[in-house]
Amino acid sequence: MSAPGVLYDAAGPATRARHRIYSIVAGIALVGVVAFLVYRMSATGQLEYEKWEPFLTPRYIEAILIDGLLVTLQMAFSAIIGAVVFGLFFGIGKLSEHTLVRWPCWLVVEFFRAVPVILLIIFCFYAVFGDTDELSRRTYWAVVMALTLYNGAVLAEVFRAGINAVPKGQAEAAYAIGMRKTQVMTVVLLPQAVKIMIPAIISQMVVALKDTSLGYVVAGLGLTRIAKPIYTTFFNHVPTIIVIGGMYVIVNLLLTALAMYVQRRLVGEKKVLEVAMVGEQTPQPVPFHKGDTGGGPA
Amino acid sequence: MDAVLDNFDVVLRGFGYTIWLFLVSAVISLVIGTLLAAARVGPVAVLRMFATTYVTLVRNTPLVIIFLFFQLGAGKIFDWLRFSWVDVHIGGFDFTSFFTAAVASLSLYTSAFVCEALRAGVNSVSLGQAEAARAIGLPFVGVMSQVVLPQAFRAALPPLASTFIALLKNTSVAGVFGVLDAAGRMKGFTNDYADQRWGIFLAFALGYVILVEIVSAIAIALERRWRVA
Repeated sequence: MSAPGVLYDAAGPATRARHRIYSIVAGIALVGVVAFLVYRMSATGQLEYEKWEPFLTPRYIEAILIDGLLVTLQMAFSAIIGAVVFGLFFGIGKLSEHTLVRWPCWLVVEFFRAVPVILLIIFCFYAVFGDTDELSRRTYWAVVMALTLYNGAVLAEVFRAGINAVPKGQAEAAYAIGMRKTQVMTVVLLPQAVKIMIPAIISQMVVALKDTSLGYVVAGLGLTRIAKPIYTTFFNHVPTIIVIGGMYVIVNLLLTALAMYVQRRLVGEKKVLEVAMVGEQTPQPVPFHKGDTGGGPA
Repeated sequence: MDAVLDNFDVVLRGFGYTIWLFLVSAVISLVIGTLLAAARVGPVAVLRMFATTYVTLVRNTPLVIIFLFFQLGAGKIFDWLRFSWVDVHIGGFDFTSFFTAAVASLSLYTSAFVCEALRAGVNSVSLGQAEAARAIGLPFVGVMSQVVLPQAFRAALPPLASTFIALLKNTSVAGVFGVLDAAGRMKGFTNDYADQRWGIFLAFALGYVILVEIVSAIAIALERRWRVA
């Protein structure tokens, strides 16, 4: 990087030459490591055509895309829809003026944020949907419900932070012209907060999409499920894992790009809204930036 | 609830494995993540590209896929990655190939997030701070150790805490891949005691909530201690 950074000054000609040498040495080392990996893969027969053939066969491509990717996307999407509803309900509940409403909402949100999704999936699979006969439907709804609860709790925090990010004067002005609490929320605060929330919802979908693979703990569904019949038939574990993992990466990169695009269109250059983890106060004051003229964290 | 109370020692051992997984993976991912972060903010273009690629790939891959790779794939390329040479026993805990594979997966996965947290910390220090430090004549080591890194580390603490809380919860995936940690025990119990599923879930969930609260309490205490008034 030629621009001066906070870590080091702009480099002069001697330093640049030194950095070039480092780059070349590091480049050779990395190429060596990659070459060794490829050599080991070919020596152990992982690069043989037969092991990769299923991923070029239309029948298997169709199965991966329809029974795998499509189901995974459906699960993630259903979970996010549910999570938005759950999040709105409890996020606004946490902002309530009534202690009797605020406390239970806080408890529910903190609980589902702290419990591992795996536990939720096992519980939903056995206890909630235990009577569903069809295995794939049972898995589907167990995963969707678990992800709804977890992502909903995370989104509740996002929504709360989003509503709090609307300038205070907006609510005060609305109260001043005689609006009721509900009106202030639905007519003034929520429409403005939605702008901030939408990119965060899309980012959360990346998390939900990755977490659908946790359905592996019960019966598995979607991309993670489709891998097994392929590698038990062709005995091509390494290629299958690379292909399936690659599909997750591609879809997630597309989603991230979408979130950033929407962010630029709706909010401008600021970072996507982030919330602190369980137990931390959400608007983190960063005291050592006080009096700092440079740009601190937004 | 009886199932949990009657087998309380089994449950505790399950959470013991969870804590072991967390501690070992946290240390390893902190080391790898720091190296990655150094490469990512450093002046060498090739290393920067490598670290960026690694972080992008790992962050977008589900943890289950990485576990699957270590369970099924890695051993087929390098025999030592089967981890069958690992056989350590400490105080009633058995650290076998399953445990090692879980630690490897969790560490590789978490190190990408550690790298991002540290990088965010460095990026949050404003340029003026370093410029002022150079202007008063501090040498490179002084700029780093007295001005930039203390601020960067403080700013990196909240995202680091989030990362480690996520790691603690992610250890539950090991329960699916042969480690008898809390999540693995919870699945076994749920299978065996069909009439007590609510109690079993609540008991194990409570265990995780307590662990998460301990980690976040430590994080908050550290933040307080290092806060500049």
